[in-house]
Amino acid sequence: MTGFWSRFRRRRLAMIGLIVVALVVALAVAAPYLYPQSPWKMVQRPFLPPFANAMVPLGTDTLGRNVASGLAHGAQVSLLIGIVSTLVALAVGVPIGAIAGYFGGLVDDLLMRFTEFFQTVPSFALAIVLVAIFQPSLVSVVVAIGVVGWPPVARLVRGEVLAQRRREYVEAAILAGQSHFTIITRQILPNVVSPIVVLASLMVATAILLESSLSFLGLGDPSVMSWGYMIGAARTVVRQAWWLSFFPGVAILITVLAINLVGEGLAEALDPRSSRDHH
Amino acid sequence: MSDPVLTVTELAIELPAGADRLFAVEGVSFEIRAGETLAIVGESGSGKSMSANAVMGLLPPGTRVAQGIAKLDGVDLFHLDDAGMRAIRGRRIGMIFQEPMTALDPLMRVGEQIAEVFEAHDVLTPVERKARALALLTEVGLPEPERAIHAYPFQLSGGQRQRVMIAMALALDPVLLIADEPTTALDVTTQAQILKLIKELQVKHGTAVMFITHDFGVVADIADRVVVMRQGKVVETGTAAAVLGDPQHDYTKALIAAIPTGHPAAAPPSEPRARDVVLEVEGLTKTYVTSGGFMRPARVVHAVKSVSFDLARGETLGVVGESGSGKSSLGRCLVRLIDPEAGSIKIEGAETMGQSVGQMRIWRRRMQMVFQDPYGSLNPRTRVGRIVAEGPIAAGVPVKEALAKAAELLSMVGLDASAVDRFPHEFSGGQRQRIGIARALALDPRIIIADEAVSALDVSIQAQVLRLLADLKARLDLALIFITHDLRVAATICDKVAVMQRGEIVEMGPVAEVFGDPKHEYTRKLIAAIPGRSESGPLGRVRAAGA
Repeated sequence: MTGFWSRFRRRRLAMIGLIVVALVVALAVAAPYLYPQSPWKMVQRPFLPPFANAMVPLGTDTLGRNVASGLAHGAQVSLLIGIVSTLVALAVGVPIGAIAGYFGGLVDDLLMRFTEFFQTVPSFALAIVLVAIFQPSLVSVVVAIGVVGWPPVARLVRGEVLAQRRREYVEAAILAGQSHFTIITRQILPNVVSPIVVLASLMVATAILLESSLSFLGLGDPSVMSWGYMIGAARTVVRQAWWLSFFPGVAILITVLAINLVGEGLAEALDPRSSRDHH
Repeated sequence: MSDPVLTVTELAIELPAGADRLFAVEGVSFEIRAGETLAIVGESGSGKSMSANAVMGLLPPGTRVAQGIAKLDGVDLFHLDDAGMRAIRGRRIGMIFQEPMTALDPLMRVGEQIAEVFEAHDVLTPVERKARALALLTEVGLPEPERAIHAYPFQLSGGQRQRVMIAMALALDPVLLIADEPTTALDVTTQAQILKLIKELQVKHGTAVMFITHDFGVVADIADRVVVMRQGKVVETGTAAAVLGDPQHDYTKALIAAIPTGHPAAAPPSEPRARDVVLEVEGLTKTYVTSGGFMRPARVVHAVKSVSFDLARGETLGVVGESGSGKSSLGRCLVRLIDPEAGSIKIEGAETMGQSVGQMRIWRRRMQMVFQDPYGSLNPRTRVGRIVAEGPIAAGVPVKEALAKAAELLSMVGLDASAVDRFPHEFSGGQRQRIGIARALALDPRIIIADEAVSALDVSIQAQVLRLLADLKARLDLALIFITHDLRVAATICDKVAVMQRGEIVEMGPVAEVFGDPKHEYTRKLIAAIPGRSESGPLGRVRAAGA
């Protein structure tokens, strides 16, 4: 693990990404202490521009709510939904892809047709329908994003497992008497973890974007503040109050970018051959 | 004597910073005359391909010519601009590569690829180009050249593809032909044909040939003069007869000594003890049927066709044959990586066919395999100790105990005890193959199947691994099935050989009998194709003197 960390630390962009992500996480964790009041509470006059009042550094929105407080609490929601929905997608996609790729044949056909069934429906439309059916709530949003997110995972894992399946070390593991489950989990999956980690980090970013889009359309959980909701609520007043959509927009941009940088750094650092070969 | 076509003087190629040495090659000088074949011989990493790439101006990124002169007919190749070099490549220097499948454009018809050579140098009209392509394909002996000209590379066999490559290389009648391991990926009989073709064309066109190879047998067959390279330096130069017949440098001597002689290493131990049969195979059959699909008949391939043999403790059975002969399928059928559809496999008298998956797991412990690819057969994410211990752990041995045994096995195959905690990529090819052998031994098997276990290794390493296998076999009283395409290796290590062709064993018997007095025509063809086998050649004389 120390080798991994020293390799990761050498990638400057990845480190910058990690620091930014850490800051966003810190902001999310600190939100209840920085702004103990509900972000929905009106604290000042509406349309107060940023940097005008030290109490509300990023200004107030159409109803006089604190934008900075909204950003901090929104970070919680965005990160939570991004991570949990990615885990949901991985939990569904990795086993399906691994089983399809490992066993092949009819199993593969059935699982892949099932996967394609989900892929043929436009993912955003499917997410909207799911959230609309189950009533907007944190759980339904997470489930919706997970459901539209797993097919690419399954396809990626299937392809990678399929390629590893033919390697001689897998045959050696069969000869060693290992069970299918052990071979998949102990032999093959560690070799496909890099692309999965990279995809997962990108999916966290996509999930944040998807959640923002849903909230923008008013399909987010109505009881939690989120970055997407803030932009959505500000869209009618973009010309009078630029800061209402600008700050949450920048927050999304920076967070997504930072997560992507971390993902790329992980991909390179996770490969034990990448550094020791060229000292 | 004519003037040399190519003169290379004091060539030094710099490697990127951080490589294992400063120069890929250093102080390399040689010359080639018209109509002459210069063989550059060496093991992997000796810099033999690098030297050729430098002459072609095709050095990989990060490396550069640091010093030296290469003159082709008086033109200094290292001081040409890109355009000048392009005019030389293809027109004055032709090149053939090791892997014809990757060297050809997979989506372009063969005829167009040859015509493209003319197009690149802007010679001939399109109609003439096509006619020349056809003439060239005829000249390199491609069957049915009128049809082959419209074929895609994947529709040709490996040998045919290499013929196409030769046609392309010779299209513009170059003065120098660089052949970089052109027959390494081919079967012996095809290799013999291609070598013959290169020789014929060389005589006809008076081309100078720079032939890069690791195989002294090929050198003995084709070379006029030889340059032996080691770690970037020339260790010996001379005529083929002199270098092969009377090597001066210790390294050359060691290399020639490491060539599998084709004769059993030692007199087989006179063992009057009763044969203790551990494996009986009867009527083993595996057929592949590719569904033909719409309007096409299904294709039936007999991978293994009613194969029968038995094997006793302490015996080594060699299974030889060319690619596609079913020898690897046979090995995989035995350990049930492939499910045979008919036949019987008895281990120590007990039938293993038709057993459940769980029982098969137990039977497999008796029969383990050493794989071909030293890179692909070890899980890159698993530490070596764990790799070796995997089998016993799956069989229920406590992890600690299994790891301790793994360390023991690793030292038994000649590796340091510290290997346990390292990853496979930290080892060389030969060391990895030793790890593979340790893994195969971990379950105390009765039978080891070695599938082309030394094919990917350099000769000197190959000799070491073969010695290790023979030694372990004797010490542990194992039965060994040795699958190989290399008849010299088979003759060196095996007691019995089975020659396979199209899934069938066409001839089987003691080594001396099969190779000394082959009954089947196919066996005779295989033996005739072994490079460097002629006893009157320089290598033959060395052996006769050494024997």
